Amino acid sequence: MQISETHYLVVSVALLLIGTVGVLTRRNIVIILMSIELILNAVNINLITFSQAWKNMGGQIFAIFVITDAVAEAAVGLGILIALFRNKETVLADEVDLLKW
Amino acid sequence: MNFLDLIWLIPLFPLCGAGLMLLFGKMLDPQPPSTVAVAEGVEPVHDDHGHGHSHEPGHTHDHDHDHAHGHDHAHDHDHDHAHDHHHAPATRGLIKLICPGMVLLSFIFSLGAVVQLSNLPERIHEIRQFTWIAGMPFHMANGHLATFAADWGFLLDPLSSVMILVVTGIGFLIHVYATGYMDHDQGYYRFFGYFNLFIFFMLMLVLANNYTLLFVGWEGVGLCSYLLIGFYFHKKSAGDAGKKAFIVNRVGDAGFLLGMLMMLSVLGSVRFTDVRAALSSGGWQAETAVWGSLSWIALGLFIGATGKSAQFPLYVWLPDAMEGPTPVSALIHAATMVTAGVYMVARSAALLELTPQVLTIVASVGAFTAIFAATIGLVQNDIKRVLAYSTVSQLGYMFLALGVGAYWVAVFHLFTHAFFKALLFLCSGSVIHALGGEQDMRHMGGLKDKIPITHWTMWVGSVAIAGIPGLAGFFSKDEILWQAYSSPQGSKILWFVGLATAGLTAFYMWRLMNMTFYGKSRVAPEVAAHIHESPPSMYVPLVTLAVGSVFAGWLGVPKLWGLGERFQAFEAWLEPAFKSAAVEAAKEGAHDASTEWILMAISVAIAIIGITIARWFYHRKPEIPEAIYARVGPLHGLLYNKYYVDEIYDFLFVNGFAKGGGTVLGAFDRNVVDGGVNGAGWLTRFSSKLSIWWDTWIIDGAVRFGSFCVKLLSYPVCLLQSGRVQSYALFVVIGFLAFLGYYVSR
Repeated sequence: MQISETHYLVVSVALLLIGTVGVLTRRNIVIILMSIELILNAVNINLITFSQAWKNMGGQIFAIFVITDAVAEAAVGLGILIALFRNKETVLADEVDLLKW
Repeated sequence: MNFLDLIWLIPLFPLCGAGLMLLFGKMLDPQPPSTVAVAEGVEPVHDDHGHGHSHEPGHTHDHDHDHAHGHDHAHDHDHDHAHDHHHAPATRGLIKLICPGMVLLSFIFSLGAVVQLSNLPERIHEIRQFTWIAGMPFHMANGHLATFAADWGFLLDPLSSVMILVVTGIGFLIHVYATGYMDHDQGYYRFFGYFNLFIFFMLMLVLANNYTLLFVGWEGVGLCSYLLIGFYFHKKSAGDAGKKAFIVNRVGDAGFLLGMLMMLSVLGSVRFTDVRAALSSGGWQAETAVWGSLSWIALGLFIGATGKSAQFPLYVWLPDAMEGPTPVSALIHAATMVTAGVYMVARSAALLELTPQVLTIVASVGAFTAIFAATIGLVQNDIKRVLAYSTVSQLGYMFLALGVGAYWVAVFHLFTHAFFKALLFLCSGSVIHALGGEQDMRHMGGLKDKIPITHWTMWVGSVAIAGIPGLAGFFSKDEILWQAYSSPQGSKILWFVGLATAGLTAFYMWRLMNMTFYGKSRVAPEVAAHIHESPPSMYVPLVTLAVGSVFAGWLGVPKLWGLGERFQAFEAWLEPAFKSAAVEAAKEGAHDASTEWILMAISVAIAIIGITIARWFYHRKPEIPEAIYARVGPLHGLLYNKYYVDEIYDFLFVNGFAKGGGTVLGAFDRNVVDGGVNGAGWLTRFSSKLSIWWDTWIIDGAVRFGSFCVKLLSYPVCLLQSGRVQSYALFVVIGFLAFLGYYVSR
């Protein structure tokens, strides 16, 4: 069986859904951050797939940007997490409601 | 030297003198510091000396003051004698040199200019120094566009040349006299500064080439008159008299100003030559039957003249003006300033010719004033007041002459009167000087041999004013009477009033002479001890003026006497100034030689009768006047109190209009004006309260209600913002799915 673009896209969608559900349902902020990584990687797969399909290197370059972004975001996210933990003694998202109106 | 083009220098000399006095006077005549304070301490006198003045116009019921008046002078002079005589600073000599010297220079330049003027064919010379008021366009009464411009220009013609010679000539003599008379007084430099300033303004008045500039001089002499009447300013009566003169003159000046403005509106110019040309161009009809704009102009000017020249009903200030030093009375209130009105009316002769009705008013007012003042003069006891009423009376004569169209006669009388009235005033000053300030004739008498020069010069002056043939007064007065009788404008009534006045004049002058110089001495012993003849600086002007009083009249001898052209020089000299058709007509009045002789004889006879009666009453049988006073008490009281005119004016104007008006205006101020202000304040406060309420409840309320509504609406939305990051993420996903669903299902 030939592995076509559709297969890649299915994997991508699956990763997106897993990531989304993870972001929405898990309480631990570490896991939420990991789920965000999943979403970003789903996007990356998408980009690489279409780059390959249309013979356009833009997609691959963009994917590298996304990876860089993901790294920066993880660093900032984990930084916030550590600061949060120092102040609130928690890593659970539902116990933090500082942005309430 | 061309004096004609230097006439602008004539007023400038006295102005320099005044300026020098202003700048350096205090240096030349330092004042001892304490004197004013001492003079203020003059106490009311308790004996009856003050009675002669006990009806002080303007403040009748002020008892202390009444008494003070009679003796202030005495006290001032005594006091000055005692303290200041020896301290007169040597530098005063410089003032004595500068101020009369400046007037002398003016006189020399005037003389030069007049001599050169007489050689001109037209006998008129006008120079324009510079434009004083630049052209201001305006619409005349007839709708034409005209330009009002006034030059700083001088006009020398026969009329103004007579005036400048009188002002500078007599002014110089009186200046010389004043150097002696004022020697014991404080404020020497102040006096001479004002005096020179007066001469300056008077010369501006008579030399001006337009009414506007004349008005400058007119107001200037009024100012100097005010300053000099109030020269003894530490005396309340003197200050009051000054104010009275100033205020009464303002009434007249209002008339003058209105007349002048209306002249501008109707004729389009206030320049003498323009006005005369416009009026004699034939474009104006004589207003014999109608009272037109020319009549209003003439009336306005005449009202101005009644103020300055002390005619009824505005004469009241002149008797009070005697509060000033005697040289002031002589120069300003007898010889020059008070004749400014006569000059101004004579200057407007071309206008008056076209307004016979106003001429009638002028003649009537003049005649009435003449006899009215003369009757008051009959019973006054203050030597200067008799002369003051005499002046009013003589000015009345001049207006009588103007009113019958005999302008040159009015100027002639002005000329002769300047000599003999200045002389009489200066003599009275000499008498007062000799008696150390006594002015009440009841405390004089028998001075004939003690002050012979004063006596003889005053005798000459009295003969001159009484109208004895050969002296100045006779010629001018007789000419007035003749013109009043014969001119088309004249009438027998005017003549008779003038004649009666002549008799009264002779009477009161001889009453004055008798009470002062003849009979038994009634001088208080302590005063009698140092009666002295005046110094040469005083009697030399007296003698000069006496000579003038004798000979001045010979310039206008009646034609009837047939002495030839030279003796009618005055009329011939003035002829160009009054040259107009109507004057020619007036002169043709029924000239009946025998009538004129008879009238002349009557007027001489009545003068002699007046003198004889006075001599009989006050010399031979002094008890007769007392008996008459007792018999006709009310009449005497009426005359003695000057017909109560001052009281009537007090009642009507001072207390009536001024005070009553003040009360009314005060009430108006308090109730209407203040009420308006307070009402406006209350209204503002009320409206601000309303505004506060509105702001608080309506404006703020609306804003708050708006925010409340927003808050209310936003509340449910706020509930969504739980602060939980994941719920937000869920909303994002839901939203995304919703859009996606919409996009897919479309």
